[in-house]
Amino acid sequence: MADDIREAQAVTPAADAAPAASVVVDGLPPENHTPGIEPDVPITSPDAFAVASTDGPAPKRGLRAMLPRRSGKLIVGLALVIAIIVFSIIGPFFTQSPTSTENQQYLPPSSEHWLGTNHLGVDIFAQLANGGAGSLMVGLVAGTLALVLSLCFGIIAGYVGGWTDEILKFITNVMLVIPGLPLVIVISAYLSTRSLWIVALILGFTAWAGAAIVLRLQAKSLRSRDYVYAAKVAGEKTHRIILVEILPNLLPLLAANFLGAVLLAILGEAGLSYLGLGPSGSITWGTILNQASANGALAQQMWWWFVPPGLMIALFGCGLALINFSIDEIINPKLRQAPAAVKSVRKARKSRATQRPSGPSAVASAPVAPRDDEKVKA
Amino acid sequence: MGALEVRNLTKDFVIRNGFKKTSLRAVNDVSFTLEPGKTIAIVGESGSGKSTVARMIAKLETPSSGEILLDGTPSAQRGASLAKYRHDVQMVFQDPFASLNPFHSIRHHLERPLRIHKVARTQKDVDAAVEELLTRVNLTPAKVFAEKRPHEMSGGQRQRVAIARALAPGARFLIADEPVSMLDVSIRLGVLNLLARLQREENLGVLYITHDLATARHFSDEIIVMFRGNIVERGPSDDVILNPQHEYTKLLLSAAPDPKNQGKLRDEVRNELASTATASGEATAVRDRFGTAGL
Repeated sequence: MADDIREAQAVTPAADAAPAASVVVDGLPPENHTPGIEPDVPITSPDAFAVASTDGPAPKRGLRAMLPRRSGKLIVGLALVIAIIVFSIIGPFFTQSPTSTENQQYLPPSSEHWLGTNHLGVDIFAQLANGGAGSLMVGLVAGTLALVLSLCFGIIAGYVGGWTDEILKFITNVMLVIPGLPLVIVISAYLSTRSLWIVALILGFTAWAGAAIVLRLQAKSLRSRDYVYAAKVAGEKTHRIILVEILPNLLPLLAANFLGAVLLAILGEAGLSYLGLGPSGSITWGTILNQASANGALAQQMWWWFVPPGLMIALFGCGLALINFSIDEIINPKLRQAPAAVKSVRKARKSRATQRPSGPSAVASAPVAPRDDEKVKA
Repeated sequence: MGALEVRNLTKDFVIRNGFKKTSLRAVNDVSFTLEPGKTIAIVGESGSGKSTVARMIAKLETPSSGEILLDGTPSAQRGASLAKYRHDVQMVFQDPFASLNPFHSIRHHLERPLRIHKVARTQKDVDAAVEELLTRVNLTPAKVFAEKRPHEMSGGQRQRVAIARALAPGARFLIADEPVSMLDVSIRLGVLNLLARLQREENLGVLYITHDLATARHFSDEIIVMFRGNIVERGPSDDVILNPQHEYTKLLLSAAPDPKNQGKLRDEVRNELASTATASGEATAVRDRFGTAGL
């Protein structure tokens, strides 16, 4: 991120920095110049500073600079995630009750039952619409819990250092090496009744360690930045330094970790439910899969029973992952430039082809992979 | 008005290498008194301990021994005594690109010290104080600059903001740790003259840490030359620069490029050192000699 900002520095808009000749940028007003030590070149002209900013777009201001750039990945990811969330919120109002067993059993898809009915005569589309809320809630609660825990362990360990760091790091490392899913299975198996909340808490408690390690290292690096020392010299209290000076600079990382934790929790819930260890008495996409598998939907090729819930989980995960990729591009600007470089190489090749009328065959036979020197130029 | 006094300041850094612990004395028995309205320059090469002195005075490092007295009273490393100390002693950092938080606006950077030290209480007072500070460091129109973020400003502008932030609590003493070494040469003089002007206006005591002897002479009343944590020479700035007594000061002076010599060291220094070292190893040789003598 720091690199990003330094790059942006190069295109500082002098347009609003030096709107009039009365504004003196980086030179002093004439009355302050001591005779005899004036530099050879007068530096009070605003024009001298306007040179660097003639081309290139003005840098985005403030929070907007931190938002992901609009890219195909981001749009597709957001569309998938929002569509599934909206479907899970609005869907239940337009379907049958997901617990009514009045329909005939094992019906194939029809105009009345879009995804057929199951072994109890429950409409599967109704289950799918109502199960979304359960799955998403587990993801949200577990993701939030994992985020809070990783923040507490990671940032405090990284910032405070010393023995606090050693102890918190030890706990984090222990949590990291405990295999997650088996632990979750063991805990779930011990609890006879499991509400959605319990499952979410279990998943959240087992998923924070990886993020905590990343945050700890990042906080350790931010701790020794000059602006943190400057805040200390200004007299800021430790909690304000962590919350106001350090935390905002970790936002992209936190967002990525949060989405990752949500995704992991939804997959974890589906896995647990499929094994029959999911929340008892509630409907989630995982429990639909469990019922489908238990009643031989696979053997009888009743795809309308097991494909839709699986697809929902896969698409939601895909959407979250795509959003995460575009957040990655903020953290690591090089990822952002790579596709643009490939595009400009392609463009250059195309324009070369049109400039040389005898050349199309030569261009067509050229190697597909861009050569190294072209990459550099791009 | 009292002074900022440093008495026998010493700092040892513990270096852990596996189970072995060795200690490195970064600063050894440094004493000086900074009076309001005066400037003391500390010069020395990298690793001479000058920045460690600055960080100890700014209370970012705890001295291993020695005292820092403000108005004759020692101040603690924490609590109300530290808050009072921070109100009076402020610091400007070397790298203007690192010393401002990229996430926050310039207004935030200036508003926080004003609020922490209760210089201004109501939002209206704070806004007025922020604009006044920006105007004082020649960042006008102040309203426009207050809303900018650090990445929208040049290095010189950022360093002006850093100076304004240090002035915000109403500091009487300013520690400037190489405030212009990261800036373009064309901007340096502007920032230094700004510091000099503010010093006159506010009667500030300035501790100017630098490796640049020319600006040290231009800017300060007294020069302290540090080498390997020790003070090797001190005195009024013109005396130190024009009539250096210590061999290390002579070496430092000769290290500054002189256009007349076209890259060669000053003759007298060369002659003096010719017996002990080859032309390429001079600096190391002198360092070794003082290293063993000083520590």
